[in-house]
Amino acid sequence: MSIIEIKNLSFSYDKQKILENINLNVEEKDFLAIIGPNGGGKSTLLKLILGINMVKDGSIHTFGEVPKKNLSKIGYVPQNTNVNTDFPIKVIEVVLMGHIGTKRPLFGYAKEETMCAMGALAQVGMEKFADAKIGSLSGGQRQRVMIARALCAHPQILILDEPTSSIDVDGQKQIYELLKVLNSYITIIVVSHDVSVIMKYANKVVHINKKLTYHDMRGQNTTTLNQCNHFCEVELFNKFREVK
Amino acid sequence: MFEALSFPFIQNALIAGILVSLASGIIGSLIVVNRMVFLAGGIAHTAYGGIGVAVFLGIPIFLGASIFAIAAALIISVITLKHRERMDTFIGLMWAIGMALGVVLIDLTPGYNADFMSYLFGSILAVSQNDLYFMGGLLAVIVLILTFWYREVLAVSYDSEYANLRGINVRFFYTLILVLSALTVVVAIKVVGLILVIALLTIPVYIAEKMSNTLYMMMILSGIFSSIFTLAGLWFSYEYDIASGASIILISAVSLFVFLTFNRFR
Repeated sequence: MSIIEIKNLSFSYDKQKILENINLNVEEKDFLAIIGPNGGGKSTLLKLILGINMVKDGSIHTFGEVPKKNLSKIGYVPQNTNVNTDFPIKVIEVVLMGHIGTKRPLFGYAKEETMCAMGALAQVGMEKFADAKIGSLSGGQRQRVMIARALCAHPQILILDEPTSSIDVDGQKQIYELLKVLNSYITIIVVSHDVSVIMKYANKVVHINKKLTYHDMRGQNTTTLNQCNHFCEVELFNKFREVK
Repeated sequence: MFEALSFPFIQNALIAGILVSLASGIIGSLIVVNRMVFLAGGIAHTAYGGIGVAVFLGIPIFLGASIFAIAAALIISVITLKHRERMDTFIGLMWAIGMALGVVLIDLTPGYNADFMSYLFGSILAVSQNDLYFMGGLLAVIVLILTFWYREVLAVSYDSEYANLRGINVRFFYTLILVLSALTVVVAIKVVGLILVIALLTIPVYIAEKMSNTLYMMMILSGIFSSIFTLAGLWFSYEYDIASGASIILISAVSLFVFLTFNRFR
């Protein structure tokens, strides 16, 4: 069974059609990249999977049920973690937000919750920064903290919205290397513009611009570096055409 | 100076100053991190309508002001949900209508000559025993609620979208923050007046924010700074016989200026 099943999904805001007849299956331990132009409906699709927007036309099932039922099995890393950097909050407190609110103690955080949060920070290599103010971190470090927050709830799927859009090249590479490690036991879905970077890691690529185009990258030579070690997106898109 | 401390009204003023400072330090921190300063201004001015109604009907001022302030908070909460992009227009409307209603009703009240400036600029020297109970009760409620729901309030304030995904009722906590702000604004009106309320809710908080790693540290520091400014302002106002509300705000503003200058050259 696919862990995410999307069938004949269409979605519109007011009268404007955002998504049209989307069909997509995500299998366990997939590394799915969602690419496409701005306003093409990528973030909307994520919001539907996360149950933030309601499905009206077609269906989405996560783990065989409606999205709202399985939020605890999905970790989410939102776009734009550079906002609100003045906020007085420690790294560990941000990560602790990842816990589900049901089994909380009367006051504050339980010991297991704090330990679990420290463990998540260790997973992303940020445990040394637990007591630092979130605003004092670099963009890449902050993004890793957000991944730790998502990992805190032990998700089976990790969804990231433009995780590297405002991070320098080294930071981007670190993030993707981290995702690669996590992918050994977690399904990963990444929305991204960085087509060049993501190709090295994803096993499935879908292009969304209202409609969905699917590319299975397994068995493809996706390290499309040419002689001068420059990644050529034109060659890549030619490759897409062959796969189709 | 010290013989002044033996007067009951001065004692009341000092206690009121500290209670309100602690409450406004805590709630001001929430208002600032949630970017709600303009909302708090709207609530303060709408509350003036409630003061007018209370004077007109002869009911306690705090009661009238609280009802109007809470109603304003609830309206803002609904608008945020339904017409976020029109928020500033609606708050501007409430702001002006509340003031106008207050002025008209106080004018219409027969034989009412009391200084209505006292609500605009505060009247901390006229704090009664009952006022103190109201202030103390509010501070206790605020501390209890925030101790119990600290992690939820923190999550909603820092990243409401994510809090929503983790099953936290964001709307409830957003409304709760607004209602607590409304009640705090009402008691702060007594100390510095509704025109200066915003300064009391932001200046100490702004200084504290720069020095804090956590929200609760920011709340505690804001409360302490606010108390210091309020007591210093009171002393200043007593010594030089000038308005207490304005003294408190000017002391705070000068402190902020000194802090920022010092911070820059450090």
